Amino acid sequence: MPGRFVKDVWVTVLVTAVLIWIMPLLIGTYTLTVLVIYGMLGLSLGLIWGFGGILCFGQTAFFGLGAYTYAIAAINIGESTLPMILAILVPAVFAALLGAMMFYGRLTDVYLGVITLVVTLILFKFMNSTAGPQYVIGKARMGGFNGIPGFPTLNVPGDPDTYIWGDPYFYVCAVLLALVFLLVSALLRSSFGRVAVGIRENETRASLMGYDVRARKTVLFAIGAAIAGLAGALFANWAEIVTPSLFSLGQSAEIIIWCIVGGLGTRLGPIVGAAGLAYLKFLLGQQAVVDNTLITGLILVLFVLFLPKGIVPALVGLWKASFGRRPLGRIHQARRMRGGERANG
Amino acid sequence: MDLAFVILVEMLYAVASLILIGAGLAVVFGMMKVINLAHGEFMMMGGYATITAVNLGVNIFVAMLVVAPLVVGLIGLVVERLVIRHLYGRLVDTMLATWGLSLFFIGLVTMIFGNTTTGISTPIPGFAVGDYQINGYNFFVILAAIALLIGVLLVLRTTRAGLVARGAMQRSDMAAALGYSPDRIYMATFFCGSALSGLAGAVFAPLVGLVPTSGGAYIAKAFITVIAGGPSLVAGLLSSAGVFGIVSQIFTFAISPVIGEVALLVAAVILLRIMPQGITGRFFKGRL
Repeated sequence: MPGRFVKDVWVTVLVTAVLIWIMPLLIGTYTLTVLVIYGMLGLSLGLIWGFGGILCFGQTAFFGLGAYTYAIAAINIGESTLPMILAILVPAVFAALLGAMMFYGRLTDVYLGVITLVVTLILFKFMNSTAGPQYVIGKARMGGFNGIPGFPTLNVPGDPDTYIWGDPYFYVCAVLLALVFLLVSALLRSSFGRVAVGIRENETRASLMGYDVRARKTVLFAIGAAIAGLAGALFANWAEIVTPSLFSLGQSAEIIIWCIVGGLGTRLGPIVGAAGLAYLKFLLGQQAVVDNTLITGLILVLFVLFLPKGIVPALVGLWKASFGRRPLGRIHQARRMRGGERANG
Repeated sequence: MDLAFVILVEMLYAVASLILIGAGLAVVFGMMKVINLAHGEFMMMGGYATITAVNLGVNIFVAMLVVAPLVVGLIGLVVERLVIRHLYGRLVDTMLATWGLSLFFIGLVTMIFGNTTTGISTPIPGFAVGDYQINGYNFFVILAAIALLIGVLLVLRTTRAGLVARGAMQRSDMAAALGYSPDRIYMATFFCGSALSGLAGAVFAPLVGLVPTSGGAYIAKAFITVIAGGPSLVAGLLSSAGVFGIVSQIFTFAISPVIGEVALLVAAVILLRIMPQGITGRFFKGRL
């Protein structure tokens, strides 16, 4: 349905433009940038879990890999264009290998969860132990627990001395998120995306119809990792340091929570869930009465028990609770899209 | 010679600690097919219960073997009634809910005890073997693991309660028809599983500096040991703990402790890839 997709593109562009214009008036761009990056990370898991049915407990592994790849490549190369591309490619290739190992072994739910969790832990432990001077890639010291600081941040392609930071960096991230969102939308409208949803619904039936389930899952997994890798590289630019905590279990848990709360099987849900919860965490971090982790945990438990689908009314309530006033555009869009999603099946 | 003895003890200790870490999770997963990702936090709370009791003047062995299992068992009971009960049969949902619980408990303990390291000293002194010093407490951990395995086996095989529990896990409708309430049995099983987690946490309390996030160090190992062990409870636990303990210790002695940990995780990935149903999904089928 090309007509519908064109309309979708226009709506996305319009909403993005309005949000990019309005949001900096409400929240500082420094905070907004990281919310946008988390939104992209949420979207990456939302794609493979919500549409592909692959519950990955270690999505943060790809996020961290992207960040580390960017940092190491940027130190060695001295500019940012090629490192950005590498930060997308390396996690994607890694995920393709890991995915091939898992899906061709026909591992499912729990076992998939264990393997992705374990791989994340291996990376976490390994990165933490790389403090010694022998752990060097090119000119970049791995730094162990302290991570890698002081790498060149994003610059205008072809002009290594013009850095993109502050407000312009926020606009870059926001536009990239919109682009990724559109690409994901296009992917889901393509036959590949429809078959992926079919596999999620019934793997046996899809394979009996002649689709190579293993290959398709592997590819989808790699695409999700590529998006997470891009988010990781953007995060590295924002934080200007990469540390092993990017690979921590807490970080993995958070991505899953974003998706559950925002709503699985929607494109917008994980983004809204990520940005909303990250901002809530940011606000909660400014008070000392209640522990932050306690609230995060409570939210996850309550959502699994009472709103396992992360439905819209709860989202609107949460939005109201965390911001006090509601940006109408996004909610209406969410409603419309969910409606569309349901109608499309 | 002395070195060989030290390595042997360390290997037995590694296997025993994996058994202890995995036991609570294995009971809950093996019997009820519930994966409790808050298991590490249950252990952490067992540790805090022990330390608090010792500081209040309770004998350390009473604190470890009685107070901690009871306290954590009761916490588990509340959790089962409030959360887990509603999610039986929904594997992924229970994982997510218990992950939420684990974060909740970390937050709660941080609020109560503060984000600082607490600890108690080991009650058993170390001794020297030739040029090497061995921690005497290691033997206590090994003995505790053996006692625990035998205890679980005896309860499940020889007592009526064990028989009823096993029956209810296989066919809850049939157990209900015979007059046993599956709801009650699940509740009791979860209590036992939590108590075992608390016991394990208590046994490790003197060995580690306890912080509210200590549970994270256990959960991955427990999770891996239990899943790789497969469906049978005791045989699975024993075989996977044996494999992983020995592999990690070989690499620890040959290279470094970090590589030992990584070797354990790599062994888990390889093992699951070859035997997706766990070790006892292929060998020792149908045993306990």
